[in-house]
Amino acid sequence: MIFSEFSADSVAEFPASAPESARRARFRFRKWLNASAIFLSLFAMVFGIFWLLWILWDTCRMGLSSFSVAMFTESTPPPNEEIGVGGLANAMMGSLQMVALATLIGAPVGVLSGIYLAEYDPRGKMAVMIRFINDLLLSAPSIIIGLFIYAVMVVRFKEFSGWAGAAALSLIVIPVVIRTTENMLALIPIGLREAAYALGAPKWKVIMRVTLTAARAGVLTGVLLAVARIAGETAPLLFTALNNQFWKAGLSGPTANLPVTILQFAMSPYENWRQLAWGGVFLITLAVLVLNILARILSRGRGTE
Amino acid sequence: MKTSALSGANANTSTPVAKMSVRALNFYYGKFHALKNISLDIPEHCVTAFIGPSGCGKSTLLRTFNRMFELYPDQRAEGEILLDGENLLTSKQDVALIRARIGMVFQKPTPFPMSIFDNIAFGVKLFEPLSGIDLEERVEWALKRAALWDEVKDKLAQSGASLSGGQQQRLCIARGIAIRPEILLLDEPCSALDPISTARVEELISELKKEYTVVIVTHNMQQAARCSDYTAYMYLGDLMEFGATEQMFLKPSRRETEDYITGRFG
Amino acid sequence: MEANISPAPPSVFAGGAPRRRLISNALADSCFALLARGSAFLTFALLLCIMGALVLGAWPAIEHFGLGFLTHNAWDPVREDFGGLVMIVGTLMTSVIALVIAVPISFGIALFLTELSPIWLKRPLGTAVELLAAVPSIVYGMWGLMTFGPVLGRYVQQPMQSLLGDLPVFGALVSGPPVGIGILSAGIILSIMIIPFIASVMRDVFEVTPPLLKESAYGLGATTWEVVWKVVLPYTKSGVLGGVMLGLGRALGETMAVTFVIGNVSQLNSLSFFEAANSITSALANEFAEAAPGLHQASLMYLGLTLFLITFTVLIISRLLLLRLQKYEGSGT
Repeated sequence: MIFSEFSADSVAEFPASAPESARRARFRFRKWLNASAIFLSLFAMVFGIFWLLWILWDTCRMGLSSFSVAMFTESTPPPNEEIGVGGLANAMMGSLQMVALATLIGAPVGVLSGIYLAEYDPRGKMAVMIRFINDLLLSAPSIIIGLFIYAVMVVRFKEFSGWAGAAALSLIVIPVVIRTTENMLALIPIGLREAAYALGAPKWKVIMRVTLTAARAGVLTGVLLAVARIAGETAPLLFTALNNQFWKAGLSGPTANLPVTILQFAMSPYENWRQLAWGGVFLITLAVLVLNILARILSRGRGTE
Repeated sequence: MKTSALSGANANTSTPVAKMSVRALNFYYGKFHALKNISLDIPEHCVTAFIGPSGCGKSTLLRTFNRMFELYPDQRAEGEILLDGENLLTSKQDVALIRARIGMVFQKPTPFPMSIFDNIAFGVKLFEPLSGIDLEERVEWALKRAALWDEVKDKLAQSGASLSGGQQQRLCIARGIAIRPEILLLDEPCSALDPISTARVEELISELKKEYTVVIVTHNMQQAARCSDYTAYMYLGDLMEFGATEQMFLKPSRRETEDYITGRFG
Repeated sequence: MEANISPAPPSVFAGGAPRRRLISNALADSCFALLARGSAFLTFALLLCIMGALVLGAWPAIEHFGLGFLTHNAWDPVREDFGGLVMIVGTLMTSVIALVIAVPISFGIALFLTELSPIWLKRPLGTAVELLAAVPSIVYGMWGLMTFGPVLGRYVQQPMQSLLGDLPVFGALVSGPPVGIGILSAGIILSIMIIPFIASVMRDVFEVTPPLLKESAYGLGATTWEVVWKVVLPYTKSGVLGGVMLGLGRALGETMAVTFVIGNVSQLNSLSFFEAANSITSALANEFAEAAPGLHQASLMYLGLTLFLITFTVLIISRLLLLRLQKYEGSGT
């Protein structure tokens, strides 16, 4: 066996080595340690997946059981109404409007900034700084964005409004889109750009027609991820859009939206509200997961983050 | 099982003893058949070189010797690799113990992210609970063996990454021999080194064969000629020719080997 | 601006059309460059504006309470006596609990995904972890309130209280109504929420370890655990730390996962982990919309500013650490 060979073999100048019994003990200990570590790692994986499955399971179970046609056609009911009366139509409408508007504002700004970082100034000092700030904004607490919009819009116009809500959401869209756009543009080979310049095309045309077109799947992925991110954002809407119990067109004045409605209903003691909150949470989870999966399919085979 | 089955190798000295014998070895990367029915004997206390064009399977063969391929689930080996008569591929012995008997050095220097001292002590401490002084002695011994002691004795606490490329590679060799393996596998150890560092490592290799059985993979024919006793020429997963280095380079028995060695191909 | 069309060459055409086109192209080019540059600078301006708006909004409270606000234990809207201690402690406590749970679990998950998982499981599990990082926090919060809180209260709090309730120190740590609302629940929900984040960052940095380095350690006869703990982890330590800080940033700034389950009581009544408390974000979420303009609102803004500064410090550290990993790839020890 190995242990005996070790000592039998050693040449004169080879320094002291540990006795065989000590080697065996050490080896047994290492095996034991490794086995425990592997077991704990397995446990961690199971533990993590367990909670997450539990959450998804509850969301699906409770959400599906509170599903009804009325959820999509009726506005939010008063408290203590019978279960099945009333729905979330006004909140869905408000959320859709705000998310759409936020994307319409945020995505172009984000794409343009991404273009600046990737095409105009990839290595400049300014770009390094902007990238850094963008990373910070990307993971800044979203409630702070809400405070900011409250201070500059709600205070100024003296009312909570869906416009303010959309503005807050758009500020969350921008950093997400900047990050992905820049990464995606950086993947486009230089040769493609040079070929276009060689034809005498001006820079803006090269960018719009060649570079951006080549990277469009990646850029669209970024936009989808941003939509997924804001679809469930609650904190920035709390003191911008506020909430509204009634159906109304447009975004002026306090506007109903899904996340804040869910918060209000879930925290309430009324059974019919709590039921609707589960339905809303299920809808949001579904939407976010579908958007993320779509984004994944779009960017498959490309090096997204 | 220590028979000398060195086919076609009429070595210049007395017939060497086989330290390791490979018998009918086949290797697969998924469905790709990378080694085809390889059989050869690695002689004890000699340097055996594997040469051949890239992709011929020489590194793959080396990596079967210490079962490194097992880290990758889609790779598998069939056949026998006998070390002192025991088949390593089916051995009940723990793979960690097998690897302690068979050291390995890689294409690029791979100092661990720790001090020079700890780089050497790492492997030793895995197997032997040594006291402080014994450990220091062992580290010094290994560094001296690897001809690195004089260069690093004043900076043992510095990071292993602070050394030059050639020093790092010798550090890796010292790390390998500190646990006293029986066989040392060198996978293109000089491919990332400058000529001077290469010369030092080659010198070291000839020095090491007194105590260890050395197997070296190289893409550099001069290197094989300079520092090996036996050479195996491989091509597309086949072992084309195996024999004493001198004979192989002077009058290879196969046309393909001659073409490769003389640079007409490869 | 980058007008990269050289001044119009002498046109071979007699007419003015191509020349006009060149001029309009150059104009469009500068406009586009200006637009792109402007958008990029907007990011910069945004940060300054946020900072400015918060300071401005918080100014009355800063003037009135000074830095003592941060250590003052009071929250009385009627007498207009405000101090942020409870919320700041709540935020820090929940985040620390979250990290204590999430870091080892995430490490285990990353270890599993990089070293142990069979190949066919690697992708699905990795994708699942990434998708779960995308689930909105309101889902975690609501689940915490509806499902987890009652379970915690019933199966953990009640047994612990009957076990430890009479002991002097431990009793104080577990006192409070056993309804599963409070600092501990909030910390646990936060940890469940940040596990996917930290785990996926850790997995990514573990995967940048060169295979040769790992093979060298395996080649010496090291076990999987020794390779990960003694070689991979030291090699990637700044990246791992960056990931942990990223998770901490998330936990500190998270609103919904906390607001649902922390209980929203702005008093520091006892040491108990089960006692309802408050965090900066949940105080903002609950009170801000209804707060009277003046000192109350300004105090909330002050809290927001504090949170902003804490998270930004944490995020800056995390970014610097992650950048360091990219730059040196672990070679500098």
